[in-house]
Amino acid sequence: MKKTDSPDELRSLARQCRIDIIEMLSRAGSGHPGGSLSAIDIITTLFFSKMNWDPKNPAWDDRDRFILSKGHGVPALYAVLAEAGAIAKEELNTLRRINSRIQGHPDRAALPVVEASTGSLGQGLSIAQGIALGLKLKKSPARVYCMMGDGEIQEGQVWETIMSGPKFKLGNLVAIVDCNNGQIDGHVTEVMDLAPLADKWRAFRWHVQEVNGHSIEEILIALDKTATPTDQPHAIIARTVKGKGVSFMENNIGWHGMAPNPEETARALEELRQR
Amino acid sequence: MNKATRDSFGEAVKMVGSTDPKVVVLDADLSVSTKSILFAKEFPDRFFQMGIAEQNMIGTAAGLAFAGYTPFLCSFGCFLAGRYETIRVSVGYSRANVKMVGTHSGLGTGEDGYTQMGLEDVTVLSALPGLTILQPSDHLSTVAAVRFAASHVGPVYLRLTRQKLPALYQSEHSFQMGRATILKEGRDIALIGTGSMVHEMLAASQLLQGVNPWIIDMHTLKPIDRSLIKSLGNSCKWIVTAEDHSTIGGLGTAVGTALAEMGASAKLIRIGVEDRFGESGPASELYEKYGLSAKRVAERVRSLL
Ligand SMILES: Cc1ncc(C[n+]2csc(CCOP(=O)(O)OP(=O)(O)O)c2C)c(N)n1
Repeated sequence: MKKTDSPDELRSLARQCRIDIIEMLSRAGSGHPGGSLSAIDIITTLFFSKMNWDPKNPAWDDRDRFILSKGHGVPALYAVLAEAGAIAKEELNTLRRINSRIQGHPDRAALPVVEASTGSLGQGLSIAQGIALGLKLKKSPARVYCMMGDGEIQEGQVWETIMSGPKFKLGNLVAIVDCNNGQIDGHVTEVMDLAPLADKWRAFRWHVQEVNGHSIEEILIALDKTATPTDQPHAIIARTVKGKGVSFMENNIGWHGMAPNPEETARALEELRQR
Repeated sequence: MNKATRDSFGEAVKMVGSTDPKVVVLDADLSVSTKSILFAKEFPDRFFQMGIAEQNMIGTAAGLAFAGYTPFLCSFGCFLAGRYETIRVSVGYSRANVKMVGTHSGLGTGEDGYTQMGLEDVTVLSALPGLTILQPSDHLSTVAAVRFAASHVGPVYLRLTRQKLPALYQSEHSFQMGRATILKEGRDIALIGTGSMVHEMLAASQLLQGVNPWIIDMHTLKPIDRSLIKSLGNSCKWIVTAEDHSTIGGLGTAVGTALAEMGASAKLIRIGVEDRFGESGPASELYEKYGLSAKRVAERVRSLL
């Protein structure tokens, strides 16, 4: 895997990952395109630029960790792992098939490189906190990134971790909220509004940044800021578009958990290839 | 007509809601999947969208029950059972008149995989005193179960499928809470199924030429029909239970305990998910792999003879 800080190269990697996401979901016949496409620019930037990890040695003790708390967005993670060479590209063909390591939601027993078994929303940030505590205790320089959905953080457990993170002085913990304003039953603002979200995290004493989650430049700057030594845990509130990159999926809640049919797949791929 | 019992639930809860103004419904961002959306559209004032916050939903439902309403709260079974301790105190110990509806039961959930499958929900919930647990196997029995839940005073857990099931009954009256339905009389072997597995057992019996098993729909898991188990336990050589659920603490455990306590002579075979996690895959392939398909059930029964 070649690491890069070039926004153009990262954009091109993210575009390829979007193609992989659409192809794997189409082949699987089910799954979650909306939240995979909204998260992919951030996940790509983490794995190809800012995270210190080695796809050929995923168990390395001092690796930076990525916890995908919104487990249904896992096609985005599989695409990045395949692009980086941590899993074989052909394995993406087995998504959601029986006997596959590429489960519909991440399974760390089958595929240890995914770090945590998620899919029951609201649990990832606690796990990320525990890893961050352990790394701190071991005096490891490694950092922990946890990606959540905005709908997901309606779970009470998330707020328990938002409460405890600052107490444990976890400057090595970075929570990222993929704010695409979509969940299953509607828009987050209608289902259970979170506003003022950044203020709420600030009131719980986190270091908070708000970014455009599709601007590689802004993501890079925000991640750099989380690297400054501090006792404060970090939250990045990323404004995103559900289904980003495929025009007919963008901001359309119907694409939360539905795979494209062959005709839709062809249209989506054509759009992505022209980007 | 094939229909998922979650779809039948959505229609039925709307029906009971139209005659009983005390019926209210809560959901945690899954109304599209649990089908409570049918009620929400008809009675928006009596529907509470709680967001992805199941614990808060359970406690709120208990409060609505204390205020005199009959709340149905809905999510996937795994996410409800996951909030066991909240249910234990706010609903169980509080004797709250709350109806809990858990859809996406078992391996039948399919490609989403283990984290979305209710596989131990009956195990944990059946320990709660006073909780009635129902698992209907078709459209009309689901409608009957919803009607029962709405009129019964006390907590109820309704376990429903994501996948479609064939119609089995001609009338809602076939469903009597606490009394298993005998679908076919037989001899020597009794196949006792619940939910989707009733259909696998019926199909298995078609594959079993020369065998004449009893076929029982055990739609009420708690309180279990001990008198029927007793008579079958004394007249049959084999009792085979089948459930799309862990074999630890579900139907097989309840039947086995009853058989042992009454000193029945029949031997017990439990078909279900045997002390393992589920996984992603088409429901039919998972049923085959985990031994729940009609074919695998028939092989298992055949091996007894
Ligand atoms: C505890 C729990 N409750 C419910 C669900 C079902 N579910 C899966 S995805 C989803 C919506 C998630 O919305 P969000 O977190 O905003 O994700 P995104 O829009 O980024 O896909 C829900 C309710 C779940 N997986 N876990």
